[in-house]
Amino acid sequence: MSTHAFRAALTALATLLVASAMAHAESALDRIKERGKLVVGVKQDYRPWGFLDENGNIVGLEIDLAKDVAERLGVDIELVPVVASNRMEFLEQGKIDLIIATMGDTEKRREVVGMIEPAYYAGGTNLLAPKAAELSSWEDLEGKDVCAIQGAYYNKRVSQEYQPNLVAFAGIPEATAALQNGNCVAFLYDNTWIESQLAGDPQWADYEMPLETEDPQAWAVAVPLDQLEGPYGDFMRETVTDWHRSGQLIELNREWGIQDNPFLEEMHEKHKSS
Amino acid sequence: MESFERFFRWLDDAHGVNLTIGYDDYDRARFVDGLLTTLELSAICILLSLAIGVLGAWVQGARSRVLRGLVGGYIAFFRNTPPLIQLYFFYFAIGAILPQLPGDGGLGRPLVSNFGWAVISLSFFAGAFNVEIFRAGIEAVPRTTVEAAESLGYSRLQTYLHVVLPLALRISLPALGNNLVNLVKTTTLAYAIAVPELLYVCAQIWSDELNVREMMNVVLVTYVAIVAVLVWLMQRWERTLRVPGFGQG
Repeated sequence: MSTHAFRAALTALATLLVASAMAHAESALDRIKERGKLVVGVKQDYRPWGFLDENGNIVGLEIDLAKDVAERLGVDIELVPVVASNRMEFLEQGKIDLIIATMGDTEKRREVVGMIEPAYYAGGTNLLAPKAAELSSWEDLEGKDVCAIQGAYYNKRVSQEYQPNLVAFAGIPEATAALQNGNCVAFLYDNTWIESQLAGDPQWADYEMPLETEDPQAWAVAVPLDQLEGPYGDFMRETVTDWHRSGQLIELNREWGIQDNPFLEEMHEKHKSS
Repeated sequence: MESFERFFRWLDDAHGVNLTIGYDDYDRARFVDGLLTTLELSAICILLSLAIGVLGAWVQGARSRVLRGLVGGYIAFFRNTPPLIQLYFFYFAIGAILPQLPGDGGLGRPLVSNFGWAVISLSFFAGAFNVEIFRAGIEAVPRTTVEAAESLGYSRLQTYLHVVLPLALRISLPALGNNLVNLVKTTTLAYAIAVPELLYVCAQIWSDELNVREMMNVVLVTYVAIVAVLVWLMQRWERTLRVPGFGQG
């Protein structure tokens, strides 16, 4: 092969590679539209953000958000229940197109999935504990058995800082059953969920959220990492911004009976004028 | 130690293989604790399940129909239900109705810990199979050998302990080895009731560090090693107990 022909072949190959890479980056949004269906990973054990109603359907604030995204795209929706320890893998493997599953935005997770800014929600870490446990500071946890959820981002920080003995379960029903059986003195979880439980469920009448909420964490919607800088990422950024601008999130928050969230007010103020 | 840690950091930086248990003290301590818990859980369950097997097989040959029925019922319960469901059942259903020990601040403390329930459930699970394995061994002991012992004035218990069991054990060893290997692998199910064994700590590590692929490999290799040691021990035991001219010859 002459050098000339070789160079031409090389150029052609390079063009092809670039073209296919671009096609890949653009395909997600088109693929969803072509398929006519958006597959969203959501929680089904996190009342009232995502939970099962009495007919077995997944409903909640985040499901309303997911439906809103599908509506904006003009496609149908499919909800896939996920848990903290598998949602990012599902997104990476292409099982789902989008995560809206009470996911905290952390530095480490940004290496794996495309976190959409701005964040759509914010929560922190607290405890659900029987009043009789008389916990008053995080330091009280030292050496005590504390129930938790496998894969929660704050497990490592809390166990390093306050040295409780974490007893981590796969799901919320297991962890709360263990709490009620007395297998642990408290349940380490998101303050948002604890507030909604204490407010809405009589089984927690003798329980409280005793400590100061720690480590406020922004919750972000996530798209596959290679889509973050493409049209799909842009579309999601615009959508989340619009949720804040229009006050839709504040309204949904109220509709689902959740305490007013200062983060939502702040974001609404910030984006209202833009 | 320092060059050891440097190697794992280099592995991460240069090749993207992030084995935090190699350079992060906290993760390594968790991993070692998990490994020790798995070994402890396995060892206790193996010993208990063997005791249950020996005892159960003996009771199965008893004259009393009630006793035989009880062992039959026990085997049916533990052999016909999945071990994961047994763990959940013991921990969440039985654990909830047991009386509680007094704990601090007027709060109750559970009578049996999650580790305790794992020991109970897994030992009885593997024990049910061991009963059947030993029974097969006992039935393979020639009737004439038992008659010879009886004619020498051995009682039923003496015959069982000194004649039948030693021979039955040798016949049962290969099947027993299989069941014990299975038991060690089944200890991973204790993950479901938050016993901090190997799979549990590895899942915590990969959730915190997002190195799922690396830790999956670590878990797999560690179990290959643990089971290899067990298999080696079982084979040595088999060789030591070998009676020339009996069984495998």
